[in-house]
Formats: sequence, C-alpha cells, structure tokens
Amino acid sequence: MSTIQLNIEEIYKLLEDVKDPEIDTVSILDLGMVEDVKVSGQDVSVKMLPTFLGCPALSIIQKNVETALRQLPAVRNVNVEFLRSPSWTSDRITEKGKAGLKVFGISPPPRQMKSDGSWHVDCPYCESTYVTMENIFGPTACRSILYCKACKNPFEAMKPMIKII
Amino acid sequence: MKNESLKDIAIKELLLQLADDDFIHSYRGAEWLGLAPHIEEDVASASISQDTMGHAAIYYKLLDELGVGDADKLAHDRPAKERRNAIILELVNGPGYYMKDPEYDWAFAVVRNYFYTQAKAIKVRSLHSCSYEPLAEVAQKVQMELYYHLMHWKTWFVQLLGSGHLEAVSRMKAAIGKTMPDFAGVFSLGQYGEEMVELGLIEGEADLQKKWIEAITPIFESVGLATTIEIGMARGDGRNGQHTEDLEKALETLSEVYATDKAASW
Repeated sequence: MSTIQLNIEEIYKLLEDVKDPEIDTVSILDLGMVEDVKVSGQDVSVKMLPTFLGCPALSIIQKNVETALRQLPAVRNVNVEFLRSPSWTSDRITEKGKAGLKVFGISPPPRQMKSDGSWHVDCPYCESTYVTMENIFGPTACRSILYCKACKNPFEAMKPMIKII
Repeated sequence: MKNESLKDIAIKELLLQLADDDFIHSYRGAEWLGLAPHIEEDVASASISQDTMGHAAIYYKLLDELGVGDADKLAHDRPAKERRNAIILELVNGPGYYMKDPEYDWAFAVVRNYFYTQAKAIKVRSLHSCSYEPLAEVAQKVQMELYYHLMHWKTWFVQLLGSGHLEAVSRMKAAIGKTMPDFAGVFSLGQYGEEMVELGLIEGEADLQKKWIEAITPIFESVGLATTIEIGMARGDGRNGQHTEDLEKALETLSEVYATDKAASW
C-alpha cells in the first residue's frame, strides 16, 4: 500500500480558493488570516488569526477551510484553530489582497494613521482624494462607509488595525 | 472549588468580571437596534455591540479553558446573583420595552457608553502586562478594536454637550448625574481585588480610577463642565453579586431562546 504524500504547496493552493464569505475577490491568505499550516502524515493543521474578535464570519470561514482541504483524497483530518496571539493587523493584507478589495469596491486600509488618529483613503472607483467619512462603522466592524464627492459614489474602506494605537 | 489556589480563584473572578461587564453592556447596546437616532448610528452602535459581544465571548472562552463551564452556559445559564457585572451596566435604557413604547434615553446611552468604554480601555491597557499570559494576549487585540468604540462615543459625548442646544445639554447633564453615583462599580475588583493586584493580574482599583479621571477630565473641560468628578457605588457592588431587578429581567429575556434548547450554540 502506498501512502499519498501531502505537500504544503497543494494545501496553500486550496486555501487560495477560500474567500472571505462577504468579499469573494479576496482569499483568507490575501487577508493575512493564515498564520501557519502544518502537515503531519495525512493530517493538516491550520492556525489562523481572527480579523475582529466579534466577527460572526469566523465559524463560516473555519468550515470553508475544512471543506476545501478535504477535497484532497490524501487528507484525513483537518484541524483549524484561531489563535489569540499574534493579533491580526491590517498590514497583513497582501498587495494582491488590496487589489482584490478594490475590485469589490472597498478601499484597502492605509498603512498608517496621522498623529491625531485620523487616516485617509482614496475612492476605489475613480481614485479621487476628495472623499468624506460618513460612518466609521460599516456593515461589518472592520469596514467604514465613505462618500466620494468626485464620482458621487458611496464606498466602503477597510479600517486600519494597527498595534497599540 | 476543592483545593483551588487563590491564584486560580483570582484569575477566574477577574475573567468573570470582564466577561459579564461586556456581555450585559453589549445586550443593552443591542436593544437600541432600530431605535437609534439615525440610520448611521443604528449601523455603528449595532456593530460596536456585536464586537463587544465578541469580547465577552473570548473571556468566556478563557473561562471554559479553565474548566469553569462552556461559554453558552456561562452567558445564558447563570442567575443574576452569580453575575459579576457592574450595576451601572445592567440598568435599563429607559422606561418601556423594546417591542412596545420604548422611551429609551439616548443621552444616558451616550454617557454610559463613553464612560464605560474609556474605563474598559484603561483596564484593558493594564491587562497588557497581566501575569496570566492568555489574558494579556487577548487584551492586545481588544485594545485595538476598542480604539474605534472609544472614538465613536467620545464624539457623541462632545458633540451633544458642545452643541449649545439647551435640551441636549440638559439631558446630557442629567445623564451624567444618573451615571456617576454607580460608576465606581466598574472599577471594583470585588472581594479578591487585593489578590489580583498582588498576583500582577491588573492594577488596583484606585489606580484604574485615577487614570480614568485623568482621561475624561480634558474632555469635560473641553465642553465647559465642572471637573470635580465624584463616583460611587450607590446601589451596591455587582462584583459581589449585588444586582437590580433590571438585570433579572434582562437575563430572563436574553436567555429565553437558550432555555428552549440548551444544546444549541449562539
């Protein structure tokens, strides 16, 4: 009997297909939610970081990761764990992830805030800098609602989450 | 609690206080859904409440890991006298019921939310150096999220008091007058408070309270309020199981669904 070897690239390739349940242009890898993947024989362990603690999508994401990895016949067990540390920060989002957010009409989070705690994003549709913040809180805790005065579109932006602010 | 060390008891007590505070605070916040002053606020305060419930859930999870019981049970299946939340957080939003003639007081919501969120920020910052590592780790994450909650409630507080609108100002002042006499309960660490400090879990009540006053004084000054801030525990100390009828009614309502099927997850 020959055992099928699981290789880690294969696992990452499948994780690339696990999208944010609400933003289908961004994968959990692009969001920087995957901290570690380990393969031991036919068992896979995925360690992840929650974006926001109160995020109701976490259990859906966990299920989607399990379903995706079980597609591989060589996989026996999948163990998904959300870690308490390190904390997820918005600079974990990859360049590909930022591009994916923009495709969906969401401005990616800026890398830093100004000294007074404010931050600035540009319109994801027309790139105009002439925007106003309508609501720091959007449909989810991690998003804000803005309005572009140039192209007259409302849009969302992902909040910056930066350590010790 | 056989042979349980004082350290274990102190850690569990602190976690219960943090969890129960956020749990009931989140519940009162959620009762504003559909009733907030405008649609943007409905979205924002609902989002903050949901996030706060996430904080309660992670503290309950830490308790679960310590063998105290699973999160669902801790959240839904403990009578009022076993709850450790501060009394000010359990008080109703106003007369009436969510489904029928709710005469909720937005000024009270703003004052309570701002005061509590600022107090929570100070406690959570203190927990960064908590000697119980899992709690120190969680505190880092909560602190980051809290930044936005605090920004939100501070903005409301300053805008309503600085508006110059007579009704807004008088209602805000009344709300401050209602909140202060019970607010010291948020800083109480309960009967194991000394142990918590000695074990390096969190700073003492007086230090936390002092930092809170230092944080809100400039905000009070910015809206021309007198800066003598006196807080008390008029209705008792929730950390030791003293509570009002408001909490009992809230628990009855929120555990209604849970009670029909205790095996379901929330």
